[in-house]
Amino acid sequence: MTSILDSLVKSFSSFNLDIAVILPVVTLIGGTVIFLIMAVNALVAVYFERKISAFMQDRLGPMEVGIFGFKGGKKFWGGIGQTLADAIKLLVKEDILPNNADKFLMILAPFIIFTGAFLTFIGVPFAQNIVISDFNIGIFYIFAMSSIGVIGVILAGWSSNNKWSLYGSMRAAAQIISYEIPIGLSLLLVVLVTGSLHLGDIVQWQADHRWFIFHSPFTFLAFFIFYISTIAETNRTPFDIPEAESELVAGWMTEYSGFRWALFFLSEYANMLIVSIVASIVFLGGWLSPLQIFNIFPDSWLILDGPAMGLFWILFKAVILIFIMMWIRWTFPRLRVDQLMYLCWKIFIPFALVNLLFVSLWELIF
Amino acid sequence: MYQDFLPIIIFIVLAAVLIGVPLGLQHLLSPRKNKGGDKLISYECGELPEGSAWVKFNIRFYVIALVFLIFDVEIVFLFPWAVVFQDLGLLAFIEAFIFVLILLVGYVYVWAKGDLDWVKMNVRYGKGRYANLQSKGETS
Repeated sequence: MTSILDSLVKSFSSFNLDIAVILPVVTLIGGTVIFLIMAVNALVAVYFERKISAFMQDRLGPMEVGIFGFKGGKKFWGGIGQTLADAIKLLVKEDILPNNADKFLMILAPFIIFTGAFLTFIGVPFAQNIVISDFNIGIFYIFAMSSIGVIGVILAGWSSNNKWSLYGSMRAAAQIISYEIPIGLSLLLVVLVTGSLHLGDIVQWQADHRWFIFHSPFTFLAFFIFYISTIAETNRTPFDIPEAESELVAGWMTEYSGFRWALFFLSEYANMLIVSIVASIVFLGGWLSPLQIFNIFPDSWLILDGPAMGLFWILFKAVILIFIMMWIRWTFPRLRVDQLMYLCWKIFIPFALVNLLFVSLWELIF
Repeated sequence: MYQDFLPIIIFIVLAAVLIGVPLGLQHLLSPRKNKGGDKLISYECGELPEGSAWVKFNIRFYVIALVFLIFDVEIVFLFPWAVVFQDLGLLAFIEAFIFVLILLVGYVYVWAKGDLDWVKMNVRYGKGRYANLQSKGETS
C-alpha cells in the first residue's frame, strides 16, 4: 500500500531536493485538495439537502438563483447557484462578536471544530492508495480524531455568554461523547474479525471473504448501531437536540455569524462525508464493486471492478448513505433529550456489548 | 513509518491558514460602518439579556461523563486485544470477558441508581419501614 504523499514524493524526487523540503510541499498540496473537497462537498450537499427535502415535502425548493445566467431546468436543477450565492453572502456579512463574550475562545472554537474534521481526512481513504497518509492504525486514528470537535463545541457554547449557546453545547457534549461508545464498540468488531487496524487490510479481508455487514447476523446489527450513532454524532435530525430551533434558537451556534458560522456548517457536512465513507469502508466493502456479491454477472462486467473504479464505488456508497441520512431527517420527528440518552445508554450500549460477546464467540466456533 | 504522522502537524498549520484567509477576506469585504450599539448585545429573543450566562447550573450528565470516560478507556484497551484475538483464541476471549464483566457490574450499578436518566428520579423506598414515605410526599 502506498499513499498519495508517497507517490507525490516519488514524482518530485526528480528535482533533486531534500526530503525535508519535498514532504511539506507535498503535504500542502494534499491539504489544499482536501479543503477543496470539503468546500465542494458542503456546497453540493447543502443544495441537494434543500432539493431533496423540498421534493419530500412536495415543494420545489430554491428556484431562482442560477450560475452565469443558467437557471437550471424547471424542476430539479432549478436554483443551482443557490448555495454558491449563500457562500458569497456569508463571506461579505458583518463579523459580529458580542460585547460580553470571551472573544479569544469564541474565535478559537470554529478553528478547533474545523481542524478536527480536517485532520480526520488525513486517514480517510477515498479509494485504494488514494489517501493522504496510509496509517497502519487508520481506523483508530479516525476514531480518535473525530472526537476532537466536541472540545470546540463546548468552547463555542461557553464563550458566547448566551444561555441558548450554553445549554446547546452542554447537550451536544453529552450527546457526542455518549454516542462515541456504540461507535467504538461497533468498530471493535471489525478489528476483532479482521485482526488489523489498517483500513486497506480491512477491505482486503472483505475482498477475500465477504462484506463485513454480511459476516454474521451480529455484524448486520452492528452496522445499524454504527449508522444511527453516527447520525447522532454529526448532530443531525432526529438527533439535533443541541441545535433544536424550536427551543434553543440555534444551540451553540446562536451567537456566530458570517464565515465563522459557515465553518461550523463546513465541518458538519465534512463529518457527514467522513462517517459515510468510514461506514462504507468498514461495513460495505469500501472500494469493492457490489457486482462481486452476485456471481450472475459475466466477467466482462467486472471490468467495473478495477482500481480506477474504486473511487466511484466508494463515493457511490457514501452518497447513498448520505441520502439516507437526509431521508431520515425529513421523515422522523426530533427525539427528546432524555429519550436520546435512553437510546444510547440503555439500548445501544447493551446491544453493542452483547454483539461483542457473540461476535467473539462466533469467531471461536467458526 | 513516523513520516506518516508528519502531515498532522503540517495540516494544523494549514488549517489555520485556510481559515485565516477567508476571515481576512471577510474583514475586507464586510460593512464596518454600522458597528457598535445594541447590535453587540447577546441575543435573548429580542429582550435585554438577564444577567450573564456564566452561572452555576446543573450539569446533568456529570455522572454520564464519568461513565463515558471508563467506557472509552475500556474501548482503548480492547482495541489491541481485538487485533490479536484471532491468534490467542479462547484465552483472549475469557480474559476480555472477565474484564468487561467487572465493568458491567459498575454499569448495572449506575443504571440501577438512575444516573443514566437525564432527569434523575427520586429515591424509591423499598418495602421496609419507609415504604409509605414517598406516597405521603406526593400528596402533600
